[in-house]
Parts: sequence; structure tokens; C-alpha cells
Amino acid sequence: MIICSQWGLLLLLIAMALLLGVLILPKKDPVLPTRLIRIACISVILSYLCLSICFLSNDFNVSYVLQHSSLLLPWYYKCCAVWGGHEGSILLWMSILSMWTLVLSYQMSALQPDFGLRVLIVLAVILLGLVLFVVFTSNPFTLQFGEVASSGRDLNPLLQDPGFLLHPPMLYLGYVGYAIPFAFAMSALWLGQIDNQALRLLKPWAMLSWCCLTFGITLGSWWAYRELGWGGFWFWDPVENASVMPWLAGTALLHAVIISEKQKTFIAWTIMLAITAFALSLMGTFLVRSGVLTSVHAFAVDPKRGLYILVFLMVMMTWAFVMYISRAHHLFVNKPLYWFSRESGILINNILLFVMMLVVLLGTLYPLIIDGLGLGKISVGAPYFNETLFPIVLLLLLMMGLVIQVKWLKDDYVAVLKRAGLQLLIAFAIAMIWLTLEFHVLKPQVLLALTLSFWVIVSLCFSLYQRWHSPKSLSYWAMWSAHIGFALSIIGITITSTFGVEQDVKMQPKEVVTVKHYQVQFDKEYPLKGPNYHGTEIHFHIKKEGFQSDVYPQKRIYDVGNMVMTDADISYNLWRDIYVALGSPIGNTDWSVRLYYKPMIRWIWLGGILMTLGGGLAFLNYIRLYFGKKVC
Amino acid sequence: MNKKQKTKMIVLLFISVAVLLIVALVSYALRQNISLYFTPMQIFKHEAPLNRPIRIGGMVVKGSINQSKNHLDVRFVLTDYQHQIKVRYQGVLPDLFREGQGVVVKGFLSAQNQFEAQEVLAKHDENYMPKEVRDSIKKVVKHA
Repeated sequence: MIICSQWGLLLLLIAMALLLGVLILPKKDPVLPTRLIRIACISVILSYLCLSICFLSNDFNVSYVLQHSSLLLPWYYKCCAVWGGHEGSILLWMSILSMWTLVLSYQMSALQPDFGLRVLIVLAVILLGLVLFVVFTSNPFTLQFGEVASSGRDLNPLLQDPGFLLHPPMLYLGYVGYAIPFAFAMSALWLGQIDNQALRLLKPWAMLSWCCLTFGITLGSWWAYRELGWGGFWFWDPVENASVMPWLAGTALLHAVIISEKQKTFIAWTIMLAITAFALSLMGTFLVRSGVLTSVHAFAVDPKRGLYILVFLMVMMTWAFVMYISRAHHLFVNKPLYWFSRESGILINNILLFVMMLVVLLGTLYPLIIDGLGLGKISVGAPYFNETLFPIVLLLLLMMGLVIQVKWLKDDYVAVLKRAGLQLLIAFAIAMIWLTLEFHVLKPQVLLALTLSFWVIVSLCFSLYQRWHSPKSLSYWAMWSAHIGFALSIIGITITSTFGVEQDVKMQPKEVVTVKHYQVQFDKEYPLKGPNYHGTEIHFHIKKEGFQSDVYPQKRIYDVGNMVMTDADISYNLWRDIYVALGSPIGNTDWSVRLYYKPMIRWIWLGGILMTLGGGLAFLNYIRLYFGKKVC
Repeated sequence: MNKKQKTKMIVLLFISVAVLLIVALVSYALRQNISLYFTPMQIFKHEAPLNRPIRIGGMVVKGSINQSKNHLDVRFVLTDYQHQIKVRYQGVLPDLFREGQGVVVKGFLSAQNQFEAQEVLAKHDENYMPKEVRDSIKKVVKHA
């Protein structure tokens, strides 16, 4: 079995040699470099499979396997444990990049040969940087012979969850996906031009990455809610920020690229966004992993790795931005823009998204800057992000509702604004009535946020009504679903964070505590025994007029490593969650318990799913158009 | 000024107002929401302010956790292996909170040697040590 791990390393070395070869080769004929890059990509993917085989066959001679797996771990978690640590997750990142590069290398016929070759070379440079990183600083195939008869140190129990099966690979698919728009942007700058065919091919890639990222973030938020035992959906942890920043830039990108392709303007701006999205993705995966930021997601890393990552990031970004500054003027298009058109509206929202990204970036890096200047160690609290982003999101919603109804090129602003005024009034009435009837409180900020979210929905419904009898394209439904998803998420976030109730209480058996009209009774404590853990389960009885439900939150102690974990249980429906999580035992029979009432928290993830769905439809539409064109 | 220049001026004015607003908002929010980090040694040297939101980090002293029988009150002692500080907290402790391991607490100093924690963070890497705590202990070791 040791052979398998050594094959893994050998394959990486082969990939390294091939990629170096590509860079040295003359850049005239695209055939040979393309072949070499394909073989390198396949080697990296095979190397990842080798590591997976090491995990499945419990090869504890590989020290990475020893540290992140155990004999008791079910097979599907073994497959996930491959990316449970630093080395494996970087290898996963690389194999996804290889996979995307491989797919792209078969679409070369759609691009000009010069352009296509440069795209592949940029991707090869990125891949080479990572292969060097893995081989020299974080080799997952390192052998050890010290702990021979070990049964493994087990995967972190927090990660033993279905949410984790999909969450990291989804995020990585998204992050890495932005490497392709980045490569397009770089070769556009390199050649000083980008043709429409390339922009058309860029669209599905930007969309696919965005979809995966959206779904990954939604999954992550859902996983954190259930698994971390704090009952929150978002904590403004550096890693979460790292995922939301490329999302913001990527959202801007996929709107900008539509205009670039349709109207042949904003090309320099689209290129800028493509570079930014990938820069942030790189930062998302690596800066956080380099150990300079403290976070729930950080791995223990030695300084050598952090330095390599920083240098790699610096080199890539300097390269990109120097290219941009020196050559972007070739791509400027001087085309007049009418102020009341969909283009200008989208441009304004693009700027708003970019500003949001900058605000999050500042909040995330501020502690680093202050620490670097020797001014002390600080942390930026969640209220910073909430307070600054709230007004920007309101503006974003306001514009979104409007832009949906505005035509391309030029529209009659008197008619649209009149209509919009009426719709805003309707949205305001709905928000007001709903708040008063359901929550009996009128808070101005909540009312404002809800009005604007409802406005987006009203506006979408109006646009649907307008087109009721005319045929609707796939891309229309995609737009509809994604924007409705966004509005629903904002409604969910607003309601949960305003009207949620969180109580930490001490409870004894048979005691009843009331949380927001719900009577929660501590019923009985049971011992618990699972495949690789033991612990306690407590039965709670939740009662309200005409409603009752039982929940069984658990406290688990994992056999390997004695790690304690809270497994919350939730009585849920579309309108509210009752969240019960165990704290710790007090005395012989009592427990500290977290009892939360979370209204409409499901809407946040529902919105995320709708956004993903919208992105998926748009992606299908692009693919259909792409292949349609090709056949013709 | 012709019409084109006028539109340009308006756009520029609009952008600069927007930028100013955002900068003002961000700097205000940053000032309100940052908390400084201190080590037990710095608190011993009176470097930390009283009654202001701060964070401190250290190892939970073995045998120092005192859980009240009737409330969710918990008391424990944090150390950087040289100086100690008493901490009081009301609420549910995180799973990763244990004796002999590093934690960061967020709250304020009510007296020179008494910290009122509003949040206990047991975020850490796979070696059970928050970065700040590891750094401060290193510093103490160097000091000694």
C-alpha cells in the first residue's frame, strides 16, 4: 500500500516537470503545450485518487492519513477526510483546477489560437505554483513509521456531517472556477484584445463558479447552524468573509459580462472584476490557511507555508494588476451610455457590490494591518459588518427592483418611475400589514428592509405579468429565480436577526421553560452509543396550543481524541425554528441548555437554493446557446 | 461649460459625496466595533483600561473552573504561566472549553483582577491553541 502513496507523489512530480516544460517551450504552436497540460492535469487528478485510496485502505504509514482518519470512520467520511486537513484540501483545490483546465482545453476551437494558448498558459502557471507548494511545503504523502499499530487519530467530529460532504468541494469548485475568467482576463490584457467569442465562452464559466460558490456558502451556513451548536447562520468569521468576498465580486462579474457581450462596453471593467474575483478566491483559500488569521477553519500551519502562500499571492496579483494598469487602455471602448437604461442600472449595482466587497475586505484585513503596524492586537466585531453593509444592501435592493423593469439602451424614465412609485407603495403596505399582524412591532429599519425586499418581489411579479402571454426564455426564469432568492434571503435575515429569541438556561428534569409562546419541557436523560462516539441524549417536549413536538439534542464524546460535540435538535417549519442545544451538565441531574426561537431562518437557505437554481438555469441556457451556435 | 462637461461635473460630485459617505460610515463603524487584545501580563502591568470592551486570552488553570449550582454562573482563572486573572461568565460554555487549554474571552475588566466575560471563544487550530494565546505565552517564555 505504501506504493500507492509513492505513486501519488510521483504523479505530482511528473505534473511539475510537464508544466515547467510548457513554460519553457516556444509559444508558437498550441498543439504540444495543450497536450502536455492535459497530461499534467490528469496526473494531478490521479494523484488525488491515490490519496483517496490511501484513506480507504487505512494506510496509516502515510502520516496525513494517520492524523485525519481512523479505522472506525465510515467509508463515506473517509472520502471526505481527504480534504479534512491542509495538505489534502490543497490537493483537492489543485485537482479541481486540473479538471476545469482539462474541460477548457477541449473548448479551444471556440477561441482564437493565440488567445486560447495564453489562457492555457496562465492556468498552467497557477497550477505549477500550487504543485510546487504541495511538493515542497505540504506533501500529503509523507510517510511515518513511528506509530505502526495505530488505529488513526480520527477526523475532527465537527466535520463528520452530511453538510461537510458537500460544503468544501462546492466552495472549491466555485473558487477555482474563477481561475478561468482570470485566465481569460490575463490573455485579453496580454494580447490587448478580447473577441466576442471569448466573452461568450466566459459567461458559462463565470456562472458555473457563481452557482457552486452560492450553493457552497448556503451549505456552509446551514452546516454552521446545525453543527456548531450556537444556532447562528453567519458569524463574520474571517473564513466566511473570505467566501463572501469572491461571491460579491463574482456576482458583479456575471452581470458585467452580460453587458460586455451584449453591448461591447465595460470590457475593461469586466476584466477588472475577473481579476478581483480570482484574487479574492486565492485569498479565501490560502490567506486564511496560512495561519495569519485566527478562525474556526484555520489549520495549524508552519510559517514556511504562510510565507510561500503570501509570496505566491503577491506574485500573481502584482502580475495581474501591472498588466491591467499597463494594458487595459487597449480594451477601453468609448461608447455613450444613456443614464436611464438597464446598463447604467447594472453598472450602479456593480459598483455597490464592489463597495460591499471592499467594506468586508477592510473589516477582515484591518486586524492584520494594525498588528503589522505594531499597534496592538484587535478584532473587528460582527456589528461593524452589519452596520456598514445594511445601508448598502438597502440601496442595492432599491436599484434591483428598478433595474428589473428598465429596458436595455434607453427607457422612458417618467413612466417607469411613476410605476415604480406605485409598486413601492404596495410593497410598503404589505410590509407594514405583515409586521403589525405577525410581530406587533414596527421598527423603522426592519420596515425599510422589508419594504425594499418586497419591492423586488413585486417588481418581479409585475415583469412576469407584463410578459404573461409572450414566450419567456430560460434566461428570464433564471433571472427571476435568482433575484427572488436574494429578496427572500434578505427577508429571512432581517426577521431572524430582529425577532429571534435566544435564551441560555439551567434546566432540571421535568422543568418547563417558555420561549416565545412555546413551552419547552426537559423530559428525560438517556445514555447514547453511536458507531464512533458515546454520550447523552435528552428528550425535550415542545408544546403550544394545537402544536406539539419532541426534540432529542445530544452531547457526543468521540472515542478517538475524546472530543466533545454538541448535536442540536430543531423543531422546524417554514415559519420558525425551535432550536435546542445542550450545554454542559450542572450537578447530577441538571443541564445548561440553549433554547432559541428563530423565525423564518429557513428562508435564508431557501433563498440561497433559489439563487443557485437561477444560476443553474442561466448556465444551462448558456451551454445550450453555445452548442447551438457551434452546430450551426 | 458645455453640457457634456456639466454632466461630468455632476457625476464626479455624486461619486465624491458617495465615497465620503462610505468612508465616514466605515470609519465610524470600525471605531465602535473593535476590541483590543490583552494578555494577563499586560493586565498585571495596568496596561488595559477598566470597563471598556476588550479581549484577553490565556490558558484555563487546572482545577479553577467553578460552576455555580443554581445559575449558569461560571468562574475560572486564566493564566499566561506568569500572571493570573479571574474571569466570571454567565451562559453556556463552548464545547472546546476545557481545563488546561487556551481560550479567548471577550468582555470588560470590572476591577484590576476581575474580568466579566460576555463571550467565551474557544476557537483554535488542531493543536488546541488560539493564535493570540500561543503568541503571548511565547512572549512570556522569552521574557523569563
